[in-house]
Amino acid sequence: MLTIDALCKIYPNGTQALEQISLNVDAGEIVALVGGSGCGKTTLLRMISGLEAPTRGHAALDGEEIRAPHPAVGMVFQEARLLPWLTVAENISFGLDDLPKAEQDARVDEALLRVGLAGYGKRWPRELSGGQAQRVSIVRALVTQPKALLLDEPFSALDALTRTKLQDHLLALWETHRPTLVLVTHDVEEAVALADRAIVLQPKPGRIFADIPIDLPRPRDRLSPEFAEAKRLVLKALDGSINQPNPHQPGKVYSPAAGGSF
Amino acid sequence: MSEATLDTSPTTNAQPQAARFAVFGTSFVIGLVLPVTAALLYEGAFRLGLVQARLLPPPSRIFTTLWTLAKTGELTTHVLATTVRVGMGFGLGALVGMFLGALTGASRNARRLLDPTLQGLRAIPSLAWVPLFILWLGIFESSKIALIAVGVFFPVYLGVMAAIANVDRKIVEVGRAFRLSRLALVRRVLLPAILPDFIIAIRSGLGMGFMFVVAAEIMGASEGLGYLLVDGQQLGKPDQILAAIIAFAVLGKFGDWLIVVLTKPFLTWQDTHQRGA
Ligand SMILES: Nc1ncnc2c1ncn2[C@@H]1O[C@H](COP(=O)(O)OP(=O)(O)OP(=O)(O)O)[C@@H](O)[C@H]1O
Ligand SMILES: [Mg+2]
Repeated sequence: MLTIDALCKIYPNGTQALEQISLNVDAGEIVALVGGSGCGKTTLLRMISGLEAPTRGHAALDGEEIRAPHPAVGMVFQEARLLPWLTVAENISFGLDDLPKAEQDARVDEALLRVGLAGYGKRWPRELSGGQAQRVSIVRALVTQPKALLLDEPFSALDALTRTKLQDHLLALWETHRPTLVLVTHDVEEAVALADRAIVLQPKPGRIFADIPIDLPRPRDRLSPEFAEAKRLVLKALDGSINQPNPHQPGKVYSPAAGGSF
Repeated sequence: MSEATLDTSPTTNAQPQAARFAVFGTSFVIGLVLPVTAALLYEGAFRLGLVQARLLPPPSRIFTTLWTLAKTGELTTHVLATTVRVGMGFGLGALVGMFLGALTGASRNARRLLDPTLQGLRAIPSLAWVPLFILWLGIFESSKIALIAVGVFFPVYLGVMAAIANVDRKIVEVGRAFRLSRLALVRRVLLPAILPDFIIAIRSGLGMGFMFVVAAEIMGASEGLGYLLVDGQQLGKPDQILAAIIAFAVLGKFGDWLIVVLTKPFLTWQDTHQRGA
C-alpha cells in the first residue's frame, strides 16, 4: 500500500506547492490525480517517486518511507525521455542491468509484443512516433515489475485516437502484475476510463479537493450513461476546485455523493 | 506523430551501403568543382601568357615541386616531424583539457576555483608564451610541444566543460529514477550524452594544434612543414611555400577526417537536421 502522510512542499523560491496531502492507495488500485494547471500534481508525483524530497510529511510504500528513488516504484514522465543513444530494446532494458542477458532479452521481447511494437527493438528513438516512444517509455518502467507505477500525464501530447489506444494498452499491461498506478492527467475522460478513484486537487496551495470513487466494471464502456455520469461528477468537482474562492478548510473534503454544495 | 499505433511493420532503416557510397562520392565531386575550375583557369591563363607567374606559380609547377619533394623523401621527413609535434602537443593539451573540463563541468566548486584563472590565461594570446617557453624549455622540441598543447587545451577544456554542464536534467533524472550509482550515471548517461559535443571540442582542438605547429616551426626548426614555409620564403621559392601549404591542408583535413570516421559508429543515433544530407 502506498501511504502519503501530511505531505507539504515549499520550493526554495517560496512557492508553496503542496499543503497537507494525505492519501492512501491500496495495492493494485488505480488512482487518477486531476486538477488545474499548477495545482501541484507533478510535484506530488515527484515526492512519491523519491526524486525530490518533501518539506514536511512523507510518502511510504508498504510502510517503508520513500527518501530516494525506490526499486519498487517506477516513473513515467510526461515526455518519453528515452535515451537517444540507446536502441528501443536497450532503452527498455535500461533498468534490468542486474538480470542475466537472456532474461533481459526475454522481457524486452515480451514487452515489445505487448505494446504492438514487435520488431522495433533495433530502432533508434528518433525513428519512433510520439505515441510509440511513449509506449516504450511505459514498458521501460514496467519491465522491472514495480509495485507502484507513477505516470505524469503520459498521453497528454497525443491525439485523441492514439490516447484511447494507449489507455487500453496501459490497462492490459496493468492486468498482468496489477501494480498500483498513480496517474496524473488533465483529461477527465482518461481518469474515468482508467481509475478506481479520481483525486481532484485544488491549487494555491495544492491540496486534495475531492476524492471520487469510480465504481464501474471493467472493461468500461465509454458510451454508457454510467460512464457519462462519472465524468460529470469529476468534471463538476474539477470546476469547483478551480472556481472556489473559499479560504481553505483543512480536513474537509468535498464529497459529490453528499450532494457537494460547490 | 499521430499515426502512432497504425503502422506496425518495421521498415529497414539503413540505406544500402552502395547507395550511401554513391551519395558520398557525388558530394565529394561537387566539392571539388570550385577549386579545380579555378586551378585550370589559372593554369590556362599562365600557358597563354596572360599572367606573370613569378609570385604565384601555376598549379603544374606547384605539383612538380611537391612531387620532387616526395621523391627525394624530404616531404616524408617534414610531414613526419610536423605530425609528431602536433600529435604530442594535441595529446597533452587534449588530455589536460578533458580532465579539467570534466572537473569544472561536474563540480560547481571546482568551477568556482579553477575557471576564473583558466579564463584569465585564455585571454593571453598564446603566442605571447613563446619567449617564456623557449627560456624554460629550450628551442628544441619541448617548447614547441608546449605551445601546441596550450593551443589545443583551451577549446577542449571549454567544450568539455560546457558539454557536461549542459547535459539535459531530464535525461539525468531518468538515470536517477532507475537508481544508477554515481559511477553508472557517468558511464551510462553523462558520457554518451556529451559525446557529440566532446567530438566537436576535440576537432577544434586539433585545428588549433595545426595552427600552433606552424607558429612553432616558423620560429625556428630544421625540419617540419613550417620549416619548408620559411625556407621557401628565404630562398624566394613560392612554389615550395605553396607546396607546404597544400601539405598542411591535406594533413589537417586527414586528421579531422580520422576523428570523424573513428567516432561515427558511436553517433549513429543522432537526430540532426543534416541527417542523410
Ligand atoms: N522547481 C520549482 N521551483 C519553484 N516552484 C515550482 C517548481 N516546480 C513547480 N513549481 C510551482 O509549484 C506549483 C505546482 O507545480 P506542478 O508542476 O506540480 O503543477 P502541475 O499540477 O503538475 O501543473 P501542470 O498540470 O501544468 O503540469 C506551481 O505553482 C509551480 O509554479
Ligand atoms: Mg505537471
